[in-house]
Amino acid sequence: MNLYQRRRFVNAFNLTASMLATAFGLFWLAWLLWTLLSHGLQWLSWDVFTMSTPPPGSAGGLKNAIVGSLLMTFMGVMIGAPIGVLAGTFLSEFGRGSRMAPVIRFVNDILLSAPSIIIGVFIYELVVVRMGHFSGWAGALALALIVIPLVVRTTEDMLRLVPDTMREAAAALGAPQWKVVTVIVYRAARAGILTGILLGIARVSGETAPLLFTALNNQFWSANLNQPIANLPVVIFQFAMSPYEDWQHLAWAGALLITLSILGLNILARIFLRTRRQDY
Amino acid sequence: MASQETKRVAFDMSAARGDTTTPSAAGSVRTKIEVKNLEFHYGSYKALHGISLDIPEKRVVAFIGPSGCGKSTLLRVFNRIYQLYPKQHTTGSVLLDGEDILDKRYDLNRLRSKVGMVFQKPTPFPMSVYDNIAFGVRLYERLSRRDMEERVEWALRKAALWDEVKDKLRQDGTQLSGGQQQRLCIARAIAVKPEVLLLDEPASALDPISTLKIEELISELKDDYTIAIVTHNMQQAARVSDYTAFLYLGKLIEFDDTDRIFTTPSQKETEDYITGRYG
Repeated sequence: MNLYQRRRFVNAFNLTASMLATAFGLFWLAWLLWTLLSHGLQWLSWDVFTMSTPPPGSAGGLKNAIVGSLLMTFMGVMIGAPIGVLAGTFLSEFGRGSRMAPVIRFVNDILLSAPSIIIGVFIYELVVVRMGHFSGWAGALALALIVIPLVVRTTEDMLRLVPDTMREAAAALGAPQWKVVTVIVYRAARAGILTGILLGIARVSGETAPLLFTALNNQFWSANLNQPIANLPVVIFQFAMSPYEDWQHLAWAGALLITLSILGLNILARIFLRTRRQDY
Repeated sequence: MASQETKRVAFDMSAARGDTTTPSAAGSVRTKIEVKNLEFHYGSYKALHGISLDIPEKRVVAFIGPSGCGKSTLLRVFNRIYQLYPKQHTTGSVLLDGEDILDKRYDLNRLRSKVGMVFQKPTPFPMSVYDNIAFGVRLYERLSRRDMEERVEWALRKAALWDEVKDKLRQDGTQLSGGQQQRLCIARAIAVKPEVLLLDEPASALDPISTLKIEELISELKDDYTIAIVTHNMQQAARVSDYTAFLYLGKLIEFDDTDRIFTTPSQKETEDYITGRYG
C-alpha cells in the first residue's frame, strides 16, 4: 500500500466512522420525535388549551399547567437573565484583569453543570421550608438559578466576540466605559445575548426536578405564584406514571407541546444568531 | 543642521520650513505636542526608550519603522488609549499645548475630545451612519436635531464621504465598503472637533483607490488639524507628511523634514530602512 492509498483509506475510514456516529445520535432523536408525534399529536386538541387538568375519567386539558409553566418560566427568566447578563458583563468588561473574575467563572461553570435536582432541594430548604408551603415563586427561583449560569456564560462569550478595536474606538472618542459597554458593546452583541437568554428559556421550560421540590403541582386552575402551581413537566411526570389512560394521553400531548416549544425556541435562537453574523 | 542631531531634534521651525514648499509655513508654526523623555512599559517589557520630539501644529508627522519598533505604541500614548490595559504604563511627559497629558489629573475625556484617533481596521459602530457620527458629538454637546444634522453633514463632507452616503444616513454603518467605513471613522473623529488626529495605519486594510482618497483627505485636513500618522508604507509617508520620525527597536533614531529623511538621512539605520535593507 503506498502513501496515497493509505491516506485515502484513512480518510474514508474516518469519514465513515464520523457519519455513523452522527447517524447514531440522530437516530435516537428521530425516534424520540417520532414517538412523541405519533402518540401525542392525536391527543393535542383545543381542549388541551382551554380546560384544566381533570380528575381521572373526565374530560380535561392542560390549561393550568401551561399557564403555570409560562408564568414560572417567565418569572424565572426575568429574575435570572438580568443577573446573568450583568455578571457576564462583569466577567467580560470590568473584571478582566481582576483576580476575582477567574474564580467567579470557575464557580459559574460548576453551577452550570450542577444537577437540577440539587437546585430544587436547595430552594426547597431555602424557600419552601421557611414559607411552610410549596409555591410558584419557589419554582420561579429554582428556574432562575438554572438560568443564571447559562446566561452568564453565553453573555460573556458573546461580549468577548466583540473585537477590542471597537471598544478602543469608542473610548478614543472619549466615551466613559459604562457608555462603551451599554451603547456600543451591547449593541454589537445584542443578538448573541438574546440567543443565550432564549436558550436559557428552552433549557428551563423542560425542567422537572427543581419544580417537584418547589412549585409541586396543583389540580386546579391557579395563577397565584404564592401557592403551589401546576406546570407541564410535573403534570407529565404525574400523569404518565398514572394508571388512567386519559391522563396518559394528556401526558403525551404535554410532552409534545414542550418539545415543540423548545424546538421553536432553538430555531428562533438560530435565526437571531444568523442575523448577527451579517452585522460584521 | 541635521547631521549631528540624533535623538532629540528640536526644530528651528522657520528654518526647517524654508527648505520645503509648504506654503502656509511662514514662521507661524508652534509646537502642539512636546514629548519629553517618554518611556513605555508593557508589564516588564520596555517598548519605548527615552523618546523626545516636538510635533508642530497643523502639520502632518509620519512615524515609520519596522514592525514592533514602537510607532503604534507611541501614537497610543497621545490619547492615553493604552490605559484601557492595566499592565501598560509610561514615564516621562507629553505636553499638549504645554499641559502634561500623562498627569493623572489631566481629564481623560477632555484629552480625547482634543485628540481623535482612527485605527488600522475600520471600526464602524453597529448603528446607523448618522448615529455613528452623532455618538461622539453627544458625549460633549447637547445639540438640537437641526444642529446635529448639520454637524453630521459637515463631518461627512470633511471626510469626503457625504456624496456617497447622503441617501443612506439611516443605513447601518457596517454595511458600507471598507474604504467608506474608514472615512466614516475619520468623520466620526472629526465630528467632535478635535485639535489633533492620530491615524494608526489608516489605509493599510484598504484598496489602492480608497488609500488614495484617504491620503488626499489627510492633506486637506492638515489645514485644520495636527496629524500624526503611523504607516508601514514609506511612499505613503513621503506623500502625505511634512515631517517623518523613524523609530527602531523602541528608540527614536531620527526626526526631520520628510524630504530630508527620504533624500539625505543623517543616520545609517534610517538610510538602511528607507532603502529597504531591513524592515
